[in-house]
Amino acid sequence: MTATVRAEWTKLRTLPSTAWLLIAAVAGTIAVSAIVAAAWHINRGSTADPTKLSLTGTYLGQAVIAVLAVLTISEEYGTGMIRTTLTAMPRRINLLAAKAATLAGISVPVGLVAVAGCLIAGRLLLPHAGLNPAHGYPLIALDHPATLRAAAGTVIYLILIALLSLGIATITRETAVSIGAVFGLLYLPPIAAQLIHDPTWRRHIQQLAPMTAGLAIQATRNLHTLPIAPWAGLGVLAAWAAAALLAGGLLLRLRDA
Amino acid sequence: MSLTTAAPRATRRPASNRLRSVLWAEWVKLRTVRGWIIALILGAAAMFAFCSLVANGPSTGTIGLRTVVPTGPGGAGVADTYEFVHRSLTGDGTITVRITALTSVTSTAQANVQGSLASSHPGLVAWAKAGLLLTPSTRQGSDYAAVMATGSHGIRFQYDYTHDAGGPGGTVTKATPRWVRLARSGDTITGYTSADGHRWTKVGSTRLSGLSATVQVGMFVTSPVAFRNSAASPTLATGTFDQITVNGSPADTSSWRGQDIGDAKTSFYPTLAAGSYHHSGSALVLSGSGDIAPAVVAGLAGTHTASSSLSFGLIVGLLVVIVVASMFVTSEYRRGLIRTTFSAIPARGRDLAAKGLVLGALAFVLSAVVTAVAVPLGQHLLRSHGNYVFPASTFTQARIVFGASALVGISAIIVTALAAIVRRPAAAITAGVGVILLPFIVASAAGGGIADWLLRLTPAAGLSMLQALTHYQQVSYAYTLTNGYYPLSPLAGFAVLCGYALVALTAATVLLDRRDA
Repeated sequence: MTATVRAEWTKLRTLPSTAWLLIAAVAGTIAVSAIVAAAWHINRGSTADPTKLSLTGTYLGQAVIAVLAVLTISEEYGTGMIRTTLTAMPRRINLLAAKAATLAGISVPVGLVAVAGCLIAGRLLLPHAGLNPAHGYPLIALDHPATLRAAAGTVIYLILIALLSLGIATITRETAVSIGAVFGLLYLPPIAAQLIHDPTWRRHIQQLAPMTAGLAIQATRNLHTLPIAPWAGLGVLAAWAAAALLAGGLLLRLRDA
Repeated sequence: MSLTTAAPRATRRPASNRLRSVLWAEWVKLRTVRGWIIALILGAAAMFAFCSLVANGPSTGTIGLRTVVPTGPGGAGVADTYEFVHRSLTGDGTITVRITALTSVTSTAQANVQGSLASSHPGLVAWAKAGLLLTPSTRQGSDYAAVMATGSHGIRFQYDYTHDAGGPGGTVTKATPRWVRLARSGDTITGYTSADGHRWTKVGSTRLSGLSATVQVGMFVTSPVAFRNSAASPTLATGTFDQITVNGSPADTSSWRGQDIGDAKTSFYPTLAAGSYHHSGSALVLSGSGDIAPAVVAGLAGTHTASSSLSFGLIVGLLVVIVVASMFVTSEYRRGLIRTTFSAIPARGRDLAAKGLVLGALAFVLSAVVTAVAVPLGQHLLRSHGNYVFPASTFTQARIVFGASALVGISAIIVTALAAIVRRPAAAITAGVGVILLPFIVASAAGGGIADWLLRLTPAAGLSMLQALTHYQQVSYAYTLTNGYYPLSPLAGFAVLCGYALVALTAATVLLDRRDA
């Protein structure tokens, strides 16, 4: 198993696209958060959530992570490399597990750097927008348990998105289809929820969709207004990722490469 | 593999290189990959399902079924609420009046709160109206022609709600009164104005065809809702009239009938207070609240239009088209088929254009089939759930169907070109989503000035082809995306989208000609 992980790590590390995508994930996440924090202005009557606000970049960052995760397996099918890989490592489930472990491993530092950057940007920029102690908003700090939960949860969220994308790519084996499916699964339900007027249905969509449920982990205020509790939401996303990996693993075992 | 680029170009174009053969070749390539055709058909089905799903929600309008948006002579929804003091006039005739004052007050409460004169502040409403009006019937939504003084848009001649002609400017005060005159000759109604009662200027005229012999003529006052930011405040205007003459002889207005057109209980249009009138010496004073104009009821009567159920289905359809277009090009690079293709068709730009056209045409046809059913069905579903849907002419609905389909078809061409530029599926689909879908989604989420600029400058400008509402300069209103108004005209939006397709195709052609395949 160690050898399999090592092989996967070498493949991932030596692709030039990997480095660029990792840089893009970190830079994109922090940039979007900084822009949103800089452009924010406080509204009377509505309450803001500084931590959640400064983690807005996750919306973009997850897309880059998803592309990276899809490429780790779909490009092997695209180039025919998968046949070599499977000849060298005939235990297919082990191979998928090694890919998942490598991706999870590489997502941790990326997530940590991106989240730290976002929180620092939020702490520096949001007080100018009126989200400061004078208006009843303490500065963003990790010694606040909810903020710590949001920060750690966002890193876990990014790992789970990578695993979900890997699972979907293992099922479809096509880069374009996988990316389309992941983007659709992540971004379409929240748009649909906005357009559906029936509050019960809207809530159900938000509870079941991987992105809306998973991002509940970023909320630190007004938790009672959330469609799903933070850790339960992350659990929904984990279930999605597990289901995708399971289906992908089964198909990988059953199908010819 | 520089063989293909180094190969000398044929001096005479081979038969296989004619556009028809190229198109045919690309069509065969598209049609024979079963997965792509299945994906496109499933995409069309999903597009239809989501359009219907969105329309099938319960009522969201702020009006209930009891209230009515009147329909004007052109079939458009109109506001028709005003104070009218009138008499009947048979055959040709002329009515003249002097307006000596026009003032108004604005509610300090919002439209959805019952307005009251007690909580209002004075200030001239720009489109407060006082003048003469001729109509065959006092029923809401009937034909009319009117000449009027306005708060700050001078003298206007308006008819049948959507038509507006400007006359001399200036505000009515005691020191600077204005005379207005409405003359009927057959079906032709002409409005005049004068600053001294002697020298008359024509403001405008119109033919109201099929006008009955006996019509109602008289003085009217009304004052529209004032929109500030997103808040709507009803207003009330008061106009003072004297020197009233009909056919040249002074009229005794005591026998004229005063009427509050548009019952406050059933009319959707918010009013500050019921209209009223009284005599003051030889003068007649009218107070009215409402408007005689095309309805801009988004925000007042809900925001549903002929195209409002399309947006989510469109996003789904576009995502499928982006995926298929990315694969259509990049799979040729992956399999090396592109070298065969370029050997057979050395004019690479022509081949790429053919690829885009074939896929774009198929996407266009599928979307046209879907939207041609979804647009009428969506309106039917919305209405059956008790929503008010802005009436749209058949032409507008046909344009929306064409526009939505063109948006999908041209997006397919743009993504085809992008895919030829980047050559890798992951990059192609990311570029496609970033260029086509992202501006669309960010614009609908952000709103405001950001949305306006995104819908002007990015391919999302193509959404303007879904415009179901008209921007009327004679109605002051927040013409924003939230209220259903796109910043560009449908034609301009189409031009921007086509411009992007052209730029993408040109850039791709230059790169294809320079690079090895």
